[in-house]
Amino acid sequence: MLQGWIQILLTLLLVVAITPFLGQYIAHIFLGKRTFLDPLMTPLERWLLSCSGVRSPENMTGWQYASALIFSNAVMIIFIFLIFMLQRSLPFNPTQLGAPSWDLALHTAISFVTNTNQQHYSGEVTFSYFSQFAALGFVMFTSAATGIAVAIAFIRGLTGRPLGNFYVDLTQSIMRILLPMSVVGAIIFIAAGIPETLAPPIIVPTLEDPSLSQAIARGPVAHFEIIKELGENGGGFFGINAAHPFENPNGLTNLIQLLLILCIPTSLIYTYGIFANNLKQAWLVYVIPFVVLTGFIAITAIGEYNGNPAVNDLLGVDQAPNLEGKEVRFGWAQSALYAVFTTASMCGAVNSMHDSLMPAGGFATLSNMFLQIVFGGQGTGTAYLFAYLILAVFITGLMVGRTPEFLGRKIEKREVVLASCLILLVHPIAILIPVALTLAIPGIAGMSNPGFHGLSQVVYEYASAAANNGSGFEGLGDATLWWNLSTSFSLLAGRYVPIVALLLLADSMSRKQPVPVTIGTLRTDTGLFIGVTAGVILILGALEFFPVLALGPIAEAFQIMRGIG
Amino acid sequence: MNWTREVSRAVRSTLVLWGVTAIIYPLVMLGVGQVIFPFQANGSILTGAQGQPIGSALIGQPFTSERYFNSRPSTTNYSTANPLADEAGILRTGISGASNLAPSNSALLDRIQGKPDPNPEIAIRGELPRLQAAGIQPTADLIYTSGSSLDPHITPAAARAQIDRVAQARELLPSQLEELIRQNTDHRFGGIWGEPGVNVLKLNLALDMLKPSNS
Amino acid sequence: MPSMNESPRPYRVPSGMRDSRLHTPKVNRQGLYQRATKAAFIKLDPRIQVRNPVMFVVWVGTVVTLLLTIDPNLFGTLAANINQQRFLNGLITLILLFTIVFANFAEAVAEGRGKAQADALRATRTDTTARKILPTGTVQETNSTELRRGDLVKIMAGDLIPADGEVVAGIGSVDESAITGESAPVLKQPGTDIASSVTGGTRLLSDELTVRITADPGQGFIDRMIALVEGAERTKTPNEIALTVLLAVLTLVFLIVIANIPPITSYIAGFLRTTVSEQAATDLRNGSSIAIMISLLVALIPTTIGGLLSAIGIAGMDRVAQFNVIATSGRAVEACGDINTLVLDKTGTITLGNRLAAEFIPVNGHSLEEMAQMSLNASVFDETPEGRSIVALAERSGVAVSFAPQRAEGIEFSARTRMSGTNVENQEIRKGAVDAIRGFVRSRGGHVPDTLDAAYERVSRLGGTPLAVCQNNDIYGVIYLKDTVKPGIKERFDQLRRMGVRTVMLTGDNRITAAVIAQEAGVDDFIAEATPEDKIEVIRAEQAQGKLVAMTGDGTNDAPALAQANVGLAMNSGTQAAKEAANMVDLDSDPTKLIDLVTIGKQLLITRGALTTFSVANDIAKYFAIIPTIFAAAGIGALNIMGLKSANSAIISALIYNALIILVLIPLALQGVQFRPLTADQLLRRNVLIYGLGGVIAPFVAIKLIDVILPFS
Repeated sequence: MLQGWIQILLTLLLVVAITPFLGQYIAHIFLGKRTFLDPLMTPLERWLLSCSGVRSPENMTGWQYASALIFSNAVMIIFIFLIFMLQRSLPFNPTQLGAPSWDLALHTAISFVTNTNQQHYSGEVTFSYFSQFAALGFVMFTSAATGIAVAIAFIRGLTGRPLGNFYVDLTQSIMRILLPMSVVGAIIFIAAGIPETLAPPIIVPTLEDPSLSQAIARGPVAHFEIIKELGENGGGFFGINAAHPFENPNGLTNLIQLLLILCIPTSLIYTYGIFANNLKQAWLVYVIPFVVLTGFIAITAIGEYNGNPAVNDLLGVDQAPNLEGKEVRFGWAQSALYAVFTTASMCGAVNSMHDSLMPAGGFATLSNMFLQIVFGGQGTGTAYLFAYLILAVFITGLMVGRTPEFLGRKIEKREVVLASCLILLVHPIAILIPVALTLAIPGIAGMSNPGFHGLSQVVYEYASAAANNGSGFEGLGDATLWWNLSTSFSLLAGRYVPIVALLLLADSMSRKQPVPVTIGTLRTDTGLFIGVTAGVILILGALEFFPVLALGPIAEAFQIMRGIG
Repeated sequence: MNWTREVSRAVRSTLVLWGVTAIIYPLVMLGVGQVIFPFQANGSILTGAQGQPIGSALIGQPFTSERYFNSRPSTTNYSTANPLADEAGILRTGISGASNLAPSNSALLDRIQGKPDPNPEIAIRGELPRLQAAGIQPTADLIYTSGSSLDPHITPAAARAQIDRVAQARELLPSQLEELIRQNTDHRFGGIWGEPGVNVLKLNLALDMLKPSNS
Repeated sequence: MPSMNESPRPYRVPSGMRDSRLHTPKVNRQGLYQRATKAAFIKLDPRIQVRNPVMFVVWVGTVVTLLLTIDPNLFGTLAANINQQRFLNGLITLILLFTIVFANFAEAVAEGRGKAQADALRATRTDTTARKILPTGTVQETNSTELRRGDLVKIMAGDLIPADGEVVAGIGSVDESAITGESAPVLKQPGTDIASSVTGGTRLLSDELTVRITADPGQGFIDRMIALVEGAERTKTPNEIALTVLLAVLTLVFLIVIANIPPITSYIAGFLRTTVSEQAATDLRNGSSIAIMISLLVALIPTTIGGLLSAIGIAGMDRVAQFNVIATSGRAVEACGDINTLVLDKTGTITLGNRLAAEFIPVNGHSLEEMAQMSLNASVFDETPEGRSIVALAERSGVAVSFAPQRAEGIEFSARTRMSGTNVENQEIRKGAVDAIRGFVRSRGGHVPDTLDAAYERVSRLGGTPLAVCQNNDIYGVIYLKDTVKPGIKERFDQLRRMGVRTVMLTGDNRITAAVIAQEAGVDDFIAEATPEDKIEVIRAEQAQGKLVAMTGDGTNDAPALAQANVGLAMNSGTQAAKEAANMVDLDSDPTKLIDLVTIGKQLLITRGALTTFSVANDIAKYFAIIPTIFAAAGIGALNIMGLKSANSAIISALIYNALIILVLIPLALQGVQFRPLTADQLLRRNVLIYGLGGVIAPFVAIKLIDVILPFS
């Protein structure tokens, strides 16, 4: 057991250790400071931008930024939708796969462009190599870069700068962050055993019974796998995602994936610190998600380590790890860690089956997605965290007897409307309402597990869509018209409503006349204020989901304690 | 706002970035993989004496007989099918999958402990009775199905629990098997990350190479 | 030309210390609570309720539970004893009703206090008959309500002044006690900055005045004050609007959360029926009945702050009114809390209003007597307290006016020349700021002796104001005007500094004097030799840094600065122009009140924030009281950490707490959270502990207590 905790602890330390380096690098890119890739990338980017019709990038307003983002994302959705529908006639289709159903193609297109990568299909049996690398692999870059661009625009606005230009930010995020890291990472991944080939599946007779043949699916996996983790995408090349030995063959690849999953969301907080010239505040803000993350890891890991009491009884032991849906090479510790990391950062890749997690793990993964700030999605998580800070400033800031202000900018009606709607309203609308509809309309839910866990499956699916996570309680029979369309609604609402609100919020903050800081100003870089923010997040962000958690994982935990009927 | 300009910029930047990330980048990586790491890049395929492929070093295979170290239960039977009766087309693409059974699901217990039924179609034999019948001390990894259904490993404890059975069937010394297990154990990365696992396919391949000791 | 007769002074010195000066409104508080109770029920009108989204949801919930009391099976049959169900629903309806009534009561009490004050004011505003002067010059008797802006009226001794106006002719003393509570009559005369405006409803005691009306009926001062204290013109302040939005969003969130529970429990009940028992399924369905869902909703939405929000705002205005200050809007009161910089006139605010002549210092070879003589000559027409004190000092030293007043002409002080004096035939006698006199003398070819500077510096170092006196090009000496810093003012500035408010003193004094007074009073900064234009410059400079500035003023040339400042407090004794430019008017004409207004503004914001925090923090306990008990059938009864007796008991306890807490917090809402001059961090720590942590703990204790007391099983 101790060994497991050491793995977890060291991984967390590595996450923290990476933060300042990557955070500073990202800040330097977007502050226009010198970085080591300048000689190569500066001319290249200029050329790419001029090919894109952005010759003299103008600073955009919040609306302009948002509309450029929505236009470009809409074009991408249409583009990859067409690739899916035409994949039979397109090259690199060694297994001669036909077009998926239109609703599945649409759901997949939306799901990948929104950086969610919720998959209602199994990769190796649905999409050709071309669809995988030219459609899915493509939007894995752009959707991640879109998230980074939003975070940067938001940070710029918050710190009183102009928001910037979407196309420049998008291109720079890809060329200076995502692509260089992917190239290096993909090479390591190939060396570690992840395939990178266009060859078709290979058929071998099995050793024990030569009359039985084994089909070994493969493909151009390594380059896909790296951006899948780095970009918080999470869509597996294979149906079973990073539990597949070809996506995640050993302890090294697993560690790299864990670090990739969290490195950008964590670093962006540090990037904020540099933009705001207040690293103390950045580290204090960092503490909130970090503590929540650690807590969730602890309860998940304890749950998986102790295992399923009913099965332990059958084994005649007090404790045996719950290895259902887990790989031996990861065990309880790496599986629990991965489950919490991937739901914390909205990556959604899985190296074990979340459906088979103990209720504690279900509780933690669900809560991660409800909160969406436990470092949160690529870029959006950081922005959410600061939107919560703004709300905390508004609620408690009045208590010091002044109109609340954040970074010297007054929080007024417009900011409260934007912050509260995006944080507080989007999730209930995009999660709870479809959950209720799915349960109320007979025969469409398709739960594979009964009772409380069945409820968790439905809630998880919409939470994963709305939070743009993409992982699932995969037993759910979700490849249906209802699920494809209803989760598409949650995907779009969970992605674009907050992004537009964040950009407008940033815009309105950047236009405010800053107020000088005096001793009468509420300081937002103190431990006390960060504690208050944590309380606000708990009460406003988490309590609204208490009823579903109570009837889902919590009730399931009690059910297991009493013994499964 | 100029709509034509917005749409044109969106389309053009999509195509430009597509060229970079979806064409150039994968091609470069394919080149690197095929040239520098051809073994790994093509799936770590193991070959037999005649150079024919016999499996992947990273993908498990089903083993249930007493002559081999048994692998973990798999929901897809390790992506295998009889080539003469592959209605589901498993051998066309290869598959992966998991049980996705919740810990609270009674079907999980049924699968583990078995559920007798007069109708043999419905009756479940159960992992536990199977292991008990085989004389293998059950461990968690041997009763729980894996995540990928292709898990190449079993825990060292599960391997050791099978030593006597295999040694008996193959008339080998347990110490020889212990040595084989040691050789085919994949360790934690850096001694820290991950869990040690015994690669069942490689272990069993090595087993086939051994000559019976006391014959 | 004003007469030289002794007359009541146009300045009114603030009397006594702050507490005794706290205005005691002539208000009938008797019956306030009875009236408020009545109003609380009248306000149940949905057209009134709909203005407050939080309470409107409660209102709708009450109507639904009322229907469910009449027919418990309205929305589908429940498998429970119908009479028990009816009793429970009736109880819920009653508690919800009281929740609304308590909130209404809070608002009604706040409004009632204002209304009582308004009634007292209204009593002064009886319609009077005015003597309107027609363009032809004839006088016509008109009802005061028919007077329009620009009309001229004649007012005789004993008349009520019919409307706000500006004296254009005549001189007379006016009793303004009706609006200020000060009994000393005030002299009104035309032309002067300070004493020419009259207020409708006050009474002319002597002589006769011709007044140009400056306000249309219903727009006068008293009308505005009445409207404000009554809350009739109350518009929500920006902070209040933002808070209302947040509360509405929270309400909507919980509405969605609650609306989703029945489909979920219905699904779970289906599972329980097959795996546990029929009874468990029924219990779970009953636990999510419509009446219980409404109760849960009401418990979770922020009713505490939602119910008290408007009362807090009205009470804030009321506190301002009790200070005898009229604010033109709630926004102005709120802005007081945000003030970063106070721009204060030295005289009257930091120092006692009157500087008194203490000593004559002759220079240039003149004798003390000559100097006294010349000072007297320069000051005979000076009606300011300073001028009169010079006259008095000179007369004490035994000199008398050396010319016949008829042959002389008074030269009034102007801010531009910074001199005043007397012209006697060809002699120009002047007194004024030392450098102004120096320039005057030089312009007439005179010589400035070195001893002048020595005298000037001596007086300045004492913190006094030196006034030079000259006749034509001959400087006679310096008058030492002694200035006294108000007692206690330094402590108040210290408090302000701790709250992060900077004080800037403006004075016409020279730098040395200003520095001495600034040091003594403890202001952060000062501007010496300031002209009225400097005031607006200071304000603009501060605002350019994003600061909010408050200032006081009374003169017409203060008007632009008052308008420019974020909070401009005009003195009631000031000119109409100043009062119109300002967003607050102090009826007592006490500029020090600006400091109190900052406190009131902060207190208003703190009260709102504290109750919001408290209300939101309460949700944790309410969740833990209700959810585990109503979902007990799902096997999560172990979460009932409070050990409540049953679902019904938990629901009723939480609702009773929810209603009572509004009642309990009404005094806090009306009086405001106690304000302490602490730094923001200290305030936050203190208030988070009391209202945040308190808000988490209090309902746990209270709900458990109510549950124990309730006779439910």
